[in-house]
Amino acid sequence: MAPIQSAEQTVLAIRPEGLPAFWPADNPWLHALVFIVASIAFALVMVIVFIYVERRGVARFQLRLGPNRAGPEGVLQAVADLIKLLLKEDIVPRLADKVVHLLAPIVATVPAFMVFAVVPLWGDGAMLADLNAGVLYFIAISSFGVVGVFMAGWASSNKYSLISAMRGVAQMVSYEIPLVMALLGVVVFAGTLSLNGIVDAQSIPFALLQPLAAVIYFLAMSAEINRTPFDLLEAESEIIAGYHTEYSGMKFALFYVAEYGHAVAGAAIFATFFLGGWKGPVLPPVLWLVIKMLVVFFVGFWARATLPRLRVDQVMGLGWKALLPLAVINVLIAAVEVLFWPSGTTQWLLVPINIAIGALLVFLWSRTVSLRGGRVEVRTRAEVKA
Amino acid sequence: MLTQFGHIGLLLIAVVLFVASLPIIAFLMRQIGMATKKPTPVKLSTYESGMTTVGKSWVQFNIRYYGYALMFVALDVTAVILYLWAVNLRELSVFGLVLAAVFIAILAVAYIYAWKKKDLEWK
Repeated sequence: MAPIQSAEQTVLAIRPEGLPAFWPADNPWLHALVFIVASIAFALVMVIVFIYVERRGVARFQLRLGPNRAGPEGVLQAVADLIKLLLKEDIVPRLADKVVHLLAPIVATVPAFMVFAVVPLWGDGAMLADLNAGVLYFIAISSFGVVGVFMAGWASSNKYSLISAMRGVAQMVSYEIPLVMALLGVVVFAGTLSLNGIVDAQSIPFALLQPLAAVIYFLAMSAEINRTPFDLLEAESEIIAGYHTEYSGMKFALFYVAEYGHAVAGAAIFATFFLGGWKGPVLPPVLWLVIKMLVVFFVGFWARATLPRLRVDQVMGLGWKALLPLAVINVLIAAVEVLFWPSGTTQWLLVPINIAIGALLVFLWSRTVSLRGGRVEVRTRAEVKA
Repeated sequence: MLTQFGHIGLLLIAVVLFVASLPIIAFLMRQIGMATKKPTPVKLSTYESGMTTVGKSWVQFNIRYYGYALMFVALDVTAVILYLWAVNLRELSVFGLVLAAVFIAILAVAYIYAWKKKDLEWK
């Protein structure tokens, strides 16, 4: 019993950086209260910031102004939208499964907030729970959101919603493995599953040491959170609005929060794993994390403004035939490097080597694996028989 | 460790309460008459861009990704085992690396088989 107890005490005695000296860090209830409020507030504020940045940013890409009426430069647009959605009529279709229809947006939104329990948001060790299986916790929680999407698609009793839900599950199933394998490359280097430990291990950001893993994780993350060019769930030119076609009012707002909440969580995880998390000079840690998250998110909506939506078979093909084998090869290369490359300052030499290996692998794959772009010939049943 | 999972449990309770409170607020606003509720048969019909819905949509559905799902189950279990290997890589050293390589090679055979059988296509 004794060693367990002492380990417990050392964990609790960690005083988060940036908190005042009188802080009673050994009171778990107070710790929980402060960090639960802080995590939820951080997630909510970042959702509002992301929505504003994306709407204004994409508007710039499209030579529009974007929302600029509510408040100075339109910063209060999200508040105005929230009030509007609160006052809107809540329409539940006659054919829908009412209970599941109500539960779906809640199930979709909760995991987005739960991710922030293990992300070091405010500095070294300043997080709700520094789990020693933090990476596995993140993977388990973040993929749970698709259950809510499927419940919504199924309960709406709308054919387009159902197609969207099926696509959502297929996309999650296809991109989960590349995502997991890309993070594995980082874990090999860091030697720990705690997110705080992973940040501590980054004297060189893992985006430089593991460039291929960073690219694969970014693509897989975009697919899992349904960002363009992978937003087949909400392809408005094909399936109306996808799984939330039959939602209005506050339930629709929850799906909106869920979508951006998952984007915030994905950006936070990318910043933590690949860009050194809260680390940075001069500015307070949380500000560095926010800056890095905004950079990641900017690349995301830059792609949204630039690239057309992929076709469903291309999306699946990219996940299974390109990202998965590349990620597995990357893990093996990383393991060889960890075992045979001397640690210390020579680690910097790995940066150009790994960038070259990554570029070579991507080039080889782009030459050999085809995703079949261009037109698809649709043949009728009679033509197939003939 | 238990304390930390306790913290996560508390966060789960807080988040569920917070998220569930939003539809409840909307419901209360409807009760006191601040938000409208005027259902009509047309409004409550299923939206299909103006077409009249034919039947229910809870029908037998070709889910198309049976093959993906099978591959996913196999590879996801693999991934969890590889995580344990990755954390202890430095102690397991070359022996562990060889074991992991053999393990991945066996799965690669299955993967190539699935690719050749065109199970990785969206049909």
